[in-house]
Amino acid sequence: MSTFLSGQPRRLKQGGLVDRGRPLSFSFDGKRYHGYVGDTLASALLANGVKLVGRSFKYHRPRGILTAGSEEPNALVELRAGARREPNTRATVVELFDGLEARSQNRWPSLTLDVGSINSMFSPLFVAGFYYKTFMWPAALWEKLYEPLIRRAAGLGRASGKVDPDHYEKAHAFCDVLVVGAGPAGLAASLAAGRSGARVILADEDFLLGGSLNGDRRRVGDLPGSKWARQVVAELESLPNARVMRRTTVFGAYDGNTFGAVERVSDHLPTPPPHQPRQRCWKIVAKRVVIAAGAIERPIVFGGNDRPGVMMASAARAYLHRHGVAVGERPVLFTASDDGWKTVLDLSRAGMDVRAIVDTRREISPMLSSAAKQARIPMLLDARVIATSGAHALNRVRVRRRDGGIEDIRADVLCVSGGWNPTIALTTHLGGRPRWSEALSAFFPDELPAAVVVGAARGSFTLAAALREGAEAGAEAARSTGHRTFAESVPEVDDELTGATPCWEVGGSKSKAFVDFQHDVTREDVALAAREGFSSVEHLKRYTTLGMGTDQGRTSNINGLAILASVTNRSIPEVGTTVFRPPYTPVSFGALAGLLRGKEFRPTRLTASHAWAAENGATFVEVGQWLRAQYFAQGGEDHWLQTVVREAKAVRQSVGVCDVSTLGKIDIQGADAATFLDRVYINTFSTLPVGKTRYGVMLREDGFVMDDGTTAHISPGHYVMSTTTVNAGKVMQHLEHARQVIWPELDVRIVSITEQWAQYAIAGPNARRLLERLLDDAIDISNAAFPYLACAEFSWRGIPARLFRVSFSGELAFELAVPARYGDATVRAIMAAGEAWNVVPYGTEALGVMRIEKGHVAGNELNGMTTAADLGFARMMSTKKDFIGRVLARRPGLVDADRPTLVGIKPVDRNERLHAGAHFLSIGAKAALANDQGYVTSVAFSPMLNHWIGLGLLARGPSRLGEHVRAYDPLRGGDTEVEIVSPVFFDPEGGRLKA
Amino acid sequence: MRIQCPFCGLRDWSEFSSLGDANARRPDGDAPAADFFDAVYLRGNPAGPHEELWYHAFGCRGWLRVARDTRTHEIFAVDMCGEVAAS
Repeated sequence: MSTFLSGQPRRLKQGGLVDRGRPLSFSFDGKRYHGYVGDTLASALLANGVKLVGRSFKYHRPRGILTAGSEEPNALVELRAGARREPNTRATVVELFDGLEARSQNRWPSLTLDVGSINSMFSPLFVAGFYYKTFMWPAALWEKLYEPLIRRAAGLGRASGKVDPDHYEKAHAFCDVLVVGAGPAGLAASLAAGRSGARVILADEDFLLGGSLNGDRRRVGDLPGSKWARQVVAELESLPNARVMRRTTVFGAYDGNTFGAVERVSDHLPTPPPHQPRQRCWKIVAKRVVIAAGAIERPIVFGGNDRPGVMMASAARAYLHRHGVAVGERPVLFTASDDGWKTVLDLSRAGMDVRAIVDTRREISPMLSSAAKQARIPMLLDARVIATSGAHALNRVRVRRRDGGIEDIRADVLCVSGGWNPTIALTTHLGGRPRWSEALSAFFPDELPAAVVVGAARGSFTLAAALREGAEAGAEAARSTGHRTFAESVPEVDDELTGATPCWEVGGSKSKAFVDFQHDVTREDVALAAREGFSSVEHLKRYTTLGMGTDQGRTSNINGLAILASVTNRSIPEVGTTVFRPPYTPVSFGALAGLLRGKEFRPTRLTASHAWAAENGATFVEVGQWLRAQYFAQGGEDHWLQTVVREAKAVRQSVGVCDVSTLGKIDIQGADAATFLDRVYINTFSTLPVGKTRYGVMLREDGFVMDDGTTAHISPGHYVMSTTTVNAGKVMQHLEHARQVIWPELDVRIVSITEQWAQYAIAGPNARRLLERLLDDAIDISNAAFPYLACAEFSWRGIPARLFRVSFSGELAFELAVPARYGDATVRAIMAAGEAWNVVPYGTEALGVMRIEKGHVAGNELNGMTTAADLGFARMMSTKKDFIGRVLARRPGLVDADRPTLVGIKPVDRNERLHAGAHFLSIGAKAALANDQGYVTSVAFSPMLNHWIGLGLLARGPSRLGEHVRAYDPLRGGDTEVEIVSPVFFDPEGGRLKA
Repeated sequence: MRIQCPFCGLRDWSEFSSLGDANARRPDGDAPAADFFDAVYLRGNPAGPHEELWYHAFGCRGWLRVARDTRTHEIFAVDMCGEVAAS
């Protein structure tokens, strides 16, 4: 009578923690299977007798499930379909749900018949580092053949390529005590801390808390371990000061006791419920941390150790106790530790026919040998497994006995136990260096401030120690955060044997012995690396790629460095170990991005006139985070150039309005405000009378131009500075630095008012007429009362307003500023007031055309590499005062006469178009860097001149007016002969300005 | 990393921008060019305690003088620049 369920050949009729009342169906590689709530994909596959789950990365070897945890290197599957399809998911951590679809990876056309397995035949070519020695000749084949081939062969799994339909969140949490890991040590710690009233967060990557207790048959006190775990969790969940986070991996330790964690909110559901995120990324700030991350069982390196059916002994035990799955009917144990024996004794108790225990050690505890004898399990001590066989699943194990004789044992699963490695990853994220413990044959975590490691994670492998250390650490953490704890007795547990003598590798095997399963790194690769001089453990890792997979070498690092030690005749501590970086396990980009996706990646800043502009057909352009109206296409216009030319012509012929609110505005006040301005600008502002504005240029301390703008003296000691849009924040920082750090003795205060005021440029011959109609008698803006560069504060229709007579366009122009909340009403009022003169709205393009016509520099010229002299402002630099940048601006390299300086250019053939970015060469000079004489910075089609014009920086430019040079633009195929002219193309006397 | 702004309290470092060495003072206006060159371009790169300037860009806009260990990000002291100079 079978002990197994019909329909699930390896599922025992009884046992396990799965919910047999809730069956599920799922598919793998298109075939339907059944499982239960509480299964992982791996346990359900094993229950259904599925042994082959994937093909290895390089050699395409058939692979099965090796572990029962997140350290799984082999069983990487593709989950779901369509836009939610995700590659490289460990089947061992996938929580099974009804309708789950999974597929194996890295095989074609199928898992059982994989063409890629031909790689195995060429394996001598594919040893570690092969790509450093191949694909080099002939060079011509690189682009056409090698690169495309490598691109197709490289990588593992396929991304969906579609937009992720789910959304993700980010959240913060704060606590007194963070406990990482909900195994026995973590549960004990959380309980002790939680009962004291401390704010506790307990996080575990699993969906069922309890860690090793769920994969074993240990008792805690008088309860089965898994039941004790459930009880503790229930108590914690009843405490208002404790937060239990399942399915939550603490993936990284960061400065300031901050931890990153990802909570898989809906991964175990077919789709997220309405309004729920798929995953949530947490930033947890904890006063104290207890790291109870457990330990990971170590494989043994021997020939054929990667065959499907070779599995970690503790995994086989977990599948038995947690899922009621007997992974094989005829198991064999290959062990170097006492722990492995527990597995086969449990399997035997469950009715499996254990064929042999192969222990590398010569002597073992009588308790173990008598238990094995009672179970009638043959023991081979001081013996080694040297090979396995079976096409896609294990069927035979070859053993070398103590006496040297070879024995073949028929077996369908080989449980391997090489000992335990404490999970120290989190303790190394901030530079902690693990230390080797000879007694444990393991790396020990480094001391950390504000964090303590307990249980198996610090090499205490008994359940009793885990409970005791956890409770002590939890209590201590609670006390040090100011809470009172109560003396509690730790539940009693049976003794256990935890002896182990490491066997890193088994020699004398002809078949490949794998160290890193995920990256197909063999024992021979480690030896090869050492032979080729890569004998540092860090070089070993990078040269062989050992430990560089998504499992971070959790089942391979120690074996690898131990073998390296042996082939280089060093001790393990001498070789040392590599350390880890976050994330502990892969984290999706979605979780890291949270809500910052697409348009929401950055804030969008809108001006007060945005709605009005949109109504009037504006096309918007991003300037920094702002949206500015670029141009306003009107009926019939089908090309932007058409629109822009119309706008510029309309402004120069009548009047136009442009929103200039985005330019930085800084309010500067104080008894020393004038002195302050003198120190930051190259020119003098202390002579600027009240009611006047002045153009200023600001340098960095290294002598290069930082920004330009106009500053208005509104009332005594009160100035308003304007900056360019993109540099507003930078200038603010610069001024605050000057004020607080360099000259803190000055009595001056500044504040940003960019967003507080809406500002509109009204420009053109009819600008005054429009404004007089708009402003009524609020202010006298006749040329006599309000000349060019005047400024004033006044009240208009009951609101405060400011008027500046500055002009970027070169026309008669004013800039009207109102508090931003009146901005929309004001722009509409401007348009209404200007109807009589056909006022047009104009955008940044027309603004740019007009300023280029007037030779005004802007962002393209203020590119951080130009000096004041380059831009024609040499005479503005005061010699009578100190200002930022004054000294270094006089460096020989910055005053060199040969420097590219500002000029205007016109195409010699007036029909030709100009491109910004073209470089200047003398006619006839070879197009080489040595002959480079400068470059074109800005271009525009000039409606006034009816051809393209440009501004540029040309070596000794101003002395070469009239000369012809070549504007060479190889990137876009441009090569134009241009004439060097003055940068002021239109109204050079400035008469229109001063009207 | 979090910085204790004297004005705003404990804030995440993403609210600040860093300028670097606080002891790279701007020389007086009449100092020789070599002094300016050193102040603008030359920086040590100590592994250990470092006094540096941080600007609370998304807070009070105060400039802070922070003593931080460059190896561990442990912060020993934070002062408002204006106050330090006044004292």
